[in-house]
Amino acid sequence: MNISDIRKHFPILDQEVNGHPLVYLDSAATSQKPISVIEAIDRYYREYNSNVHRGVHTLGTKATDGYEGAREKVRRFIGAASTEEVIFTRGTTTAINMVAHSYGRANLSEGDEILLTPMEHHANLIPWQQAAKATGAVLKYVPMQPDGTICLEDVKEMITPQTKIVAMAHVSNVLGTINPIKEVAEVVHQQDAILLVDGAQSTPHLSVNVTDLGADFYAFSGHKMVGPTGIGVLYGKKELLENMEPFETGGEMIDFVDYYDASWKELPWKLEAGTPVIAGAIGLGAAIDFLNDIGMENIHAHEEELADYAQQALSEIGDLTIYGPKERAGLVTFNMGDVHPHDVATVLDAEGIAVRAGHHCAQPLMKWLGVSATARASFYLYNTKEEIDALAAGLKKTKEYFGHVF
Amino acid sequence: MSFNNLDQLYRQVIMDHYKNPRNRGELDQEDKLIVNMNNPTCGDRIQLQLQVEDEKITDAKFTGEGCSISMSSASMMTDAIKGLSVDEAVRMSHIFSEMMQGDDYDEDNLELGDIEALQGVSKFPARIKCATLAWKAMEKGLKEEDQTKH
Repeated sequence: MNISDIRKHFPILDQEVNGHPLVYLDSAATSQKPISVIEAIDRYYREYNSNVHRGVHTLGTKATDGYEGAREKVRRFIGAASTEEVIFTRGTTTAINMVAHSYGRANLSEGDEILLTPMEHHANLIPWQQAAKATGAVLKYVPMQPDGTICLEDVKEMITPQTKIVAMAHVSNVLGTINPIKEVAEVVHQQDAILLVDGAQSTPHLSVNVTDLGADFYAFSGHKMVGPTGIGVLYGKKELLENMEPFETGGEMIDFVDYYDASWKELPWKLEAGTPVIAGAIGLGAAIDFLNDIGMENIHAHEEELADYAQQALSEIGDLTIYGPKERAGLVTFNMGDVHPHDVATVLDAEGIAVRAGHHCAQPLMKWLGVSATARASFYLYNTKEEIDALAAGLKKTKEYFGHVF
Repeated sequence: MSFNNLDQLYRQVIMDHYKNPRNRGELDQEDKLIVNMNNPTCGDRIQLQLQVEDEKITDAKFTGEGCSISMSSASMMTDAIKGLSVDEAVRMSHIFSEMMQGDDYDEDNLELGDIEALQGVSKFPARIKCATLAWKAMEKGLKEEDQTKH
């Protein structure tokens, strides 16, 4: 994998920020976009912008082919059995909300249990809190080990005959923990529960096969995997999706409408009311082509190398607490002594280095860590070891700077 | 941007308020006004306690957690508003808001003192909300107090 060649595909990376070359270490928040994705969206709007699934004119057919072609690319990318199982959504958040409403509220009743982990992003937490409040179901949490991992034994122990839904991140957006989804799915299915996986942080970085993993639902976003914002995917097993009432109703999703009643189209369109994000889906298709050209295995190997390198480089700076397990996805979350992470991020920004600081939409996890906020550097296929050296140098300067002003 | 620019943000007086916050703690009075305010995007939070007697702020304290800018701003604000009338405190908050927008402001006979050190924050748009958190809490508290009375 030649990183300097890859970087040429990302025009945004070639710029100075505050007088320094940009070091973009915030891809877990959103990734940058290659020219091929930007051009695919541009081409759609310039050459064949039209609504899909209606009208008989030529542009409409082209737009429909582009949109449905992107669905087939997604299907192959995640190893789904059929495009009927691939629903386009606004993003991971919408996908999980759809399941929490249309599956959760329909199938949960008082005393049922929803099993989560304390490392969930708010997007895979609050929809379940709301579903629990609406149905009388109870939320339970798999305990975490001190290094921020979960044990399969604990999952087994926490799943009871009352457990109806287990919802879990594949990869933690804060700790980088990679959860053993395949093994968890087996345990979940032994109890006749279903497993929803938040794949927002895994799909961009690992080779994901939903069929092999055994996930019942799998949700992810386009913008974290070099695609555009506003497009995401809900994968669901066909028999589950078939039994789900639409979360939204309106145009595009109907079979037949009369004054007092209506019937729905077949999957996947039944769950896609209104004009969809056509350009977004086409952009996501181009993003998948780009990632496939490089190879998900190569991307994962590169990020593992960066994560190891970063842990080593950062551990050489004193006063730094690094959170999460040693074996992790491509991100490092940390705090520097008494310096607040916002202040760390501001000093790094002055050096052209973009990191995230805050609670990372995971306030319960911050509580578990015993902090109010952390700083996070996250990596992707275009990041280099030199950029991690720049981060380490920036952190040393931060330490000196606050050592001086304190 | 160099570290010289950072020095405009992290002025000595700001770091002093951060390290040695004034008025950190809780008021003893039973009829004190309590306001909680979060910055939901970053997780900073503050609880401000005010003692208002005859339209005058007689005492102010705060607790909370956050970055150097939000905590030093709370420290400076609680110092500055003690002894002011409710109207003066609100006016000072408006002046502070103008300062954060980088607009020209008129001290309007109010003593800003240490607060002027926060002027550099206006050059760091991502940090303005940190600086205004305590002020927003104060305005919210005084507004609620006003509504309960009328």
